[in-house]
Amino acid sequence: MGVQILMPALSPTMTEGKLSRWLKKAGDDVRAGDVIAEIETDKATMEVEAVDEGRIGKLLVPEGTEGVAVNTPIAELEGEGGKIAAPEPTPAPVAAAPVVHAASAPVAALAAAEEKDWGPTKPVTVREALRDAMALEMRRDGDVFLLGEEVAQYQGAYKISQGLLDEFGPRRIIDTPITEHGFTGMAVGAAMNGLKPIVEFMTFNFSMQAIDQIINSAAKTLYMSGGQMGCPIVFRGPNGAASRVGAQHSQCYASWYAHCPGLKVVAPWSAADAKGLLRAAIRDPNPVIFLENEILYGQTFECPVDEDFILPIGRAKIERVGTDVTIVAFSIMVGVAMKAAETLAAQGISAEVINLRSLRPMDHATIVASVKKTNRIVTVEEGWPTAGIGAEINMVVIEQAFDWLDAPPQRVAGLDIPLPYAANLEKLCLPQPDWVVDAVKKII
Amino acid sequence: MAQAETRKKSKGRAASNQVLTQDQLLRGYRDMLLIRRFEEKAGQLYGMGLIGGFCHLYIGQEAVVVGIQMALEQGDEVITSYRDHGHMLATGMEARGVMAELTGREGGYSRGKGGSMHMFSREKNFFGGHGIVGAQVSLGAGLAFSNWYRKNDRVAVTYFGDGASNQGQVFESFNLAALMKLPCIFVIENNRYGMGTSVERATASHDLSQNGAPWGIKGVKVDGMDLEAVHAAAEVAVAACRAGEGPYLMEVETYRYRGHSMSDPAKYRTRDEVQKMRTEHDAIESVRHKLEALGVDAAAFKGIDDEVKAIVTDAAEFAQSSPEPNVSQLWTDVLVEG
Repeated sequence: MGVQILMPALSPTMTEGKLSRWLKKAGDDVRAGDVIAEIETDKATMEVEAVDEGRIGKLLVPEGTEGVAVNTPIAELEGEGGKIAAPEPTPAPVAAAPVVHAASAPVAALAAAEEKDWGPTKPVTVREALRDAMALEMRRDGDVFLLGEEVAQYQGAYKISQGLLDEFGPRRIIDTPITEHGFTGMAVGAAMNGLKPIVEFMTFNFSMQAIDQIINSAAKTLYMSGGQMGCPIVFRGPNGAASRVGAQHSQCYASWYAHCPGLKVVAPWSAADAKGLLRAAIRDPNPVIFLENEILYGQTFECPVDEDFILPIGRAKIERVGTDVTIVAFSIMVGVAMKAAETLAAQGISAEVINLRSLRPMDHATIVASVKKTNRIVTVEEGWPTAGIGAEINMVVIEQAFDWLDAPPQRVAGLDIPLPYAANLEKLCLPQPDWVVDAVKKII
Repeated sequence: MAQAETRKKSKGRAASNQVLTQDQLLRGYRDMLLIRRFEEKAGQLYGMGLIGGFCHLYIGQEAVVVGIQMALEQGDEVITSYRDHGHMLATGMEARGVMAELTGREGGYSRGKGGSMHMFSREKNFFGGHGIVGAQVSLGAGLAFSNWYRKNDRVAVTYFGDGASNQGQVFESFNLAALMKLPCIFVIENNRYGMGTSVERATASHDLSQNGAPWGIKGVKVDGMDLEAVHAAAEVAVAACRAGEGPYLMEVETYRYRGHSMSDPAKYRTRDEVQKMRTEHDAIESVRHKLEALGVDAAAFKGIDDEVKAIVTDAAEFAQSSPEPNVSQLWTDVLVEG
């Protein structure tokens, strides 16, 4: 016998169909691509095309037959010149993949570690720290460039890129039109081809215009390409509320981006965080979301002067050592947590404050070790509580330190509403130090 | 009929340009035939349940990618949508690796983790394989950007369909590419239907080749069923891009014989329409006739047919014998480590 023509599956879910009509009969010559039959499923009527050329030997299933199972031989095809063609390939081996149980993605496997001592420091604003980090990395690597709205001639909407155009010129400090979707996609394409773009979003609110390129193109391509096509890119800009700019300009995207495998997500608080982590983000071979905060830009912190200063992504910092409760915060909320800790200290409560720094990967080890010591945890974030970073941290603690907890985990978060404009209302929405103090006192 | 007239016109335009040599025609014939036979085999394996999910076949459109690829040089970048098997074969990626990716096996270009719509080859400068309609256009502008940044003379070819041509980011990319004079060739493969919606029902633009005109992007309409016309137009576009003139837009009028994907019954067009394209305008047949007129004999065609068949048979066998990816692959390639 010759090649058997099998009943084809015409959709991912088809298991059987009706062979409604033959368009060829025994003895007919067919060429690849000729329509030989029509098949009806519950959804549609489809045509079956010949894949090989030859002569129809025998029709094995008469037209009008219902319920023909997929892969049933429906006709025989004699090969070229009546020769017997190769037999059908053997069916695929049965999938034997065991079910892998993995409750959560791998996290930074770093043990809670001491902060490296970088020696002398000087006071620096977060704004200067960010600019210095970009300048240092651009001097070091010609593939690094900055693009975004108003980054060049205007010197940055928030003056983060002050002076960079003068030093690096218009090929490396690039003003874009207001087209987040387009220029983000362009930067991602450039990164796939080996360049190392820094994309500045004037605020992260506008990154929603481009989020498809960030998630579907930048974050997933390495995996989809089996490791071939990386995307070394940094997306940075101010995130979260500023001051009285209304709901559309005041959203925290931490939990949005931290949700997605294939990204790293970083949220610095101090000038040292900003400088050390931005340098690490630019050198990282993966897409990194770098969440800054507009209110912090003008704040001054001590920052190491060492030319090589850099911080590892994925490691939290214990900003204040304590014994009675662990307060975990990131970005501007670290400052709120520190103020709360001072108030608590005056009342005889010793709070340990963890500056998360990195949201993905998250430093579970440092958080869990602290909770095992204090037996209580309060998380603080500016964003909405539902499906937020606090929910994630507290779940990690429940999973890994449940038996050490002496009280229910608490989360302090922004109110679950779009941010209002009115000064009095806005103030009521964003976590204040006394909110944190109250949350701590609820469990002590 | 309007389509046919346009086609005749552009044919006339192309005829004034260079004509392919017999060797080039043979090469083009072979490359187009490989794509067609590969896709037919993919359709067959899909029918047998060996390929899952979405599978978008390129049958009918072969002259577009083959004609353009013949005008490119080593190092030029190529990126396209999810109807991508033809582009991969045209850039020289191996049929084995493409077919094994379709069957989701270890031997696939993405080691089974990408599938039909997501394959890449650094070596061949093929940048995928993208499943979000229109996303590859911005990414393609980025490939061109990297050439501009590095001041090399490479060009990036960005393929997309008539459906994608209406996406906002496509126009954003036109603007960026024109503004920065990026060496980007935008190729609209107009196969008349974005899934089931005809071009006429999807766009108010009367001439997609002029969609970049507001930004000063030169546009040309080309008969995509004529290998020589496609190649001639691509030569002009590539030369302009390489010379630093900025982006170029080619609208290539083509036709897919199969449905949008395997599960598309194609009720939005008549069988006569499909049959007419196949019998009267098939690009492979047309090149074959030209070659016959040049005196190429049956034995030569038989040789090409046999070579192509052997490649496709080998690819199909490899795609079935290659093992499924090891479970240890599940957690790799999420991030670049270190």
